[in-house]
Amino acid sequence: MSDSSHQLTADAGVTPHVHPPYQRHHFVSMEQQTETTSFGMWLFLLTEIMFFGGLFTAYLIYRNWYYPAFVAGSHQLNIFWGSLNTLLLITSSFTMAMGVWCSETKRQKGLIWSLIATLILGLGFLGIKTIEYKEKWEKHHIPGASFSWQGFVHPTPEELKNGDKALPEDIARKTEVYFSLYFAMTGMHAVHMIIGIALLCGMLAKAMRGGYMDGHIAFVENFGLYWHFVDIVWIFLFPLLYLISRHQ
Amino acid sequence: MSTILTLPDQATARVPKRNYLTNENGLLSWLLTGDHKRIAILYLISITFFFFIGGALAGLIRMELLTPQSDLMASDTYNKIFTMHGVIMVFLFLVPSVPATLGNFMIPIMVGAKDLAFPKINLLSWYLYLVGGGMTLAAMISGGVDTGWTFTTPMSTHFSNTNVVTTGLAIFVAGFSSIFTGLNFIVTIHKMRAPGMTWFKLPLFVWSNYAASILMVLGTPVLAITLVLVVLERTIGIGVFDATKGGDPILFQHLFWFYSHPAVYIMILPGMGVISEVISTFSRKRVFGYTAVAFSSVAIAVFGFFVWAHHMFIMGVSNYAVLVFSLLTMLVAVPSAIKIFNWAFTLYKGSITFETPMLYAFGFMGLFTIGGLTGVFLGSAGTDIHLTETYFIVAHFHFVMVGGMLMAFLSGVHFWWPKMTGRMYPEKLSQLAAVVTFIGFNLTFFPQFLVGMLGMPRRYAAYPQEFQVLNVFSTAGATILGVGYLLPMIYLVWSLKYGEVAGNNPWQATGLEWQIQSPPLTENFTTIPIVTQDVYDYEWLERQKEHEVTHVG
Repeated sequence: MSDSSHQLTADAGVTPHVHPPYQRHHFVSMEQQTETTSFGMWLFLLTEIMFFGGLFTAYLIYRNWYYPAFVAGSHQLNIFWGSLNTLLLITSSFTMAMGVWCSETKRQKGLIWSLIATLILGLGFLGIKTIEYKEKWEKHHIPGASFSWQGFVHPTPEELKNGDKALPEDIARKTEVYFSLYFAMTGMHAVHMIIGIALLCGMLAKAMRGGYMDGHIAFVENFGLYWHFVDIVWIFLFPLLYLISRHQ
Repeated sequence: MSTILTLPDQATARVPKRNYLTNENGLLSWLLTGDHKRIAILYLISITFFFFIGGALAGLIRMELLTPQSDLMASDTYNKIFTMHGVIMVFLFLVPSVPATLGNFMIPIMVGAKDLAFPKINLLSWYLYLVGGGMTLAAMISGGVDTGWTFTTPMSTHFSNTNVVTTGLAIFVAGFSSIFTGLNFIVTIHKMRAPGMTWFKLPLFVWSNYAASILMVLGTPVLAITLVLVVLERTIGIGVFDATKGGDPILFQHLFWFYSHPAVYIMILPGMGVISEVISTFSRKRVFGYTAVAFSSVAIAVFGFFVWAHHMFIMGVSNYAVLVFSLLTMLVAVPSAIKIFNWAFTLYKGSITFETPMLYAFGFMGLFTIGGLTGVFLGSAGTDIHLTETYFIVAHFHFVMVGGMLMAFLSGVHFWWPKMTGRMYPEKLSQLAAVVTFIGFNLTFFPQFLVGMLGMPRRYAAYPQEFQVLNVFSTAGATILGVGYLLPMIYLVWSLKYGEVAGNNPWQATGLEWQIQSPPLTENFTTIPIVTQDVYDYEWLERQKEHEVTHVG
């Protein structure tokens, strides 16, 4: 192409200067690369909101239809484990934020310990979730072939003392919808946690080899966004599933 | 018929030695590439493969419907064949057709970037597509699936005895390939534009792909979670869609169509972008009402999210909902009509030439208008009750998807073929193919409007005697249509070696993609361009040509 012909392909006036080694070839500047990556991550989180949005829609509809069944169902959840898990996750969001800060300020030890703390808290969350799922298994509250709603028609004396009422059979049957949503929502959340923990392990390994200390911390930052997002999903799940019908 | 091909600088053109095809060699350089142009070629090969499988299934459907009795195959085989036809054509051909091939190739060049924002995610998207496609084929070979492409509950969760889970997961995976494509496009268009490339200098192809990407990014995750719920319901028996447990099958319809209605705009919008480019180029005029056409794409995307329940008028939604969704559906007709009228005004007093892409574009305008207007019949609650689940609806969406989208895809493939390969396709033969496709298409699908009006239901292997004449027409048309699709397949491959050398700008078009060599360099631009001229500025191009020094290769 002749140089006189096209203003179109004239040099953009970017004087050649040394790019940092982590700048990908197709970006003009490091600033553009950082902005682009972060924009992409936010957009991905938007798709995640839509993904969970389908479940929340189903929850809202069925909660309106089968309100007594949802009240009875949420009484069966363990508020202690649920609260403890909320605490663990919020703390892990804090340690993750610390990790991002440490990588920004190039503190390798701080980064490693923050990631380890986040990892332990995340694993702790999944461990407690396992205990809760096991409890549901024992009570036959897992939807499917082995589901039993008998417990809602014939509550134990202890449950009656706590203010639970015996449900008529047709309403008791609807608790299966509640537990279907409970497992679908917390299950999808747990899958996101597991993916997060896998990524966290990889990031930790790299941090231990001295990674993220050269100012190229896009992965840490974007993983931080992901982790906070998973945390926020739980912040919605916890009240919807455990709390809002509790005192009725 | 003027031939722009023999302009002076084209006569001496050679295919440049160094380009994205020759930059690296070997299979691995393709399978591990981050180059958007190579990934576009990989996609083009893959979707063509699935198109011909889907097309073969369509051939079997038409053969069965040649006679009123179910004689070529049993009814349950027929159910599997039309289901696989729908699944493959919708999810593995139409959704990725223009965006993942032409969009992938052209969008970074059109905005003046060296690549898409996330090259590795772009490659991942292709691999996810292959996994999804492979799983679909596996489901097909190991017994097929018979729920229809809509996975309707409770058929899919309780009564079907076929590979619903494999197919559902296949679509889940393929869905993520589409999410990643959309995400990449949006980020690229926002953040990677060259200096001077403002939003209103973007070609309309970019605008329409942007609108489609919004739909991919916001709609597809809802389909993903819906399919997960169907799979969970089928495997472990949760009760979200199961009426016996208190769930509601209609909720499945709401969630499914919340994606799948916008999905039809995912399919058609990029095609409309192609038509804008082609009409402008071959009328030698700026697209009339550029801003209106640009925003009509966005409007279609936005309205597209609020019309889903028009698929459910006979499924027991309330009369009030029917009224509201019927009205909202009419709204979509407005931006669609804006496009058609503006294209028509672009043609008005333009210097029109009839190269193959233009012939396909004319086909698109006519067939899409028919498809769109019959959509208004179906969006009106009263007529919908009579026409839904008949061949009228089959004809309607084939007019939009095949007559519209496939025409646009072929138009775009021919239009950018010289850019992608550096070679021209044989003009006369391809003009013939465009005409054959148009005739074959109308012969296939117009009788289906009639037979649908008369009440022939869709999705049955057998039908009453009195519908046979129209069905014979339809099958005959399908045969011609098949020839129309095989022709480009053959001559395009032929042209890779024997086609005339195209040169940089065989159409004398204005877009950035035409100002670089064909096939482009791996990095697209040697230096990032500064965009000073307006979009579709043919006067600028004329001025450029006056003092251009011929310099090719």
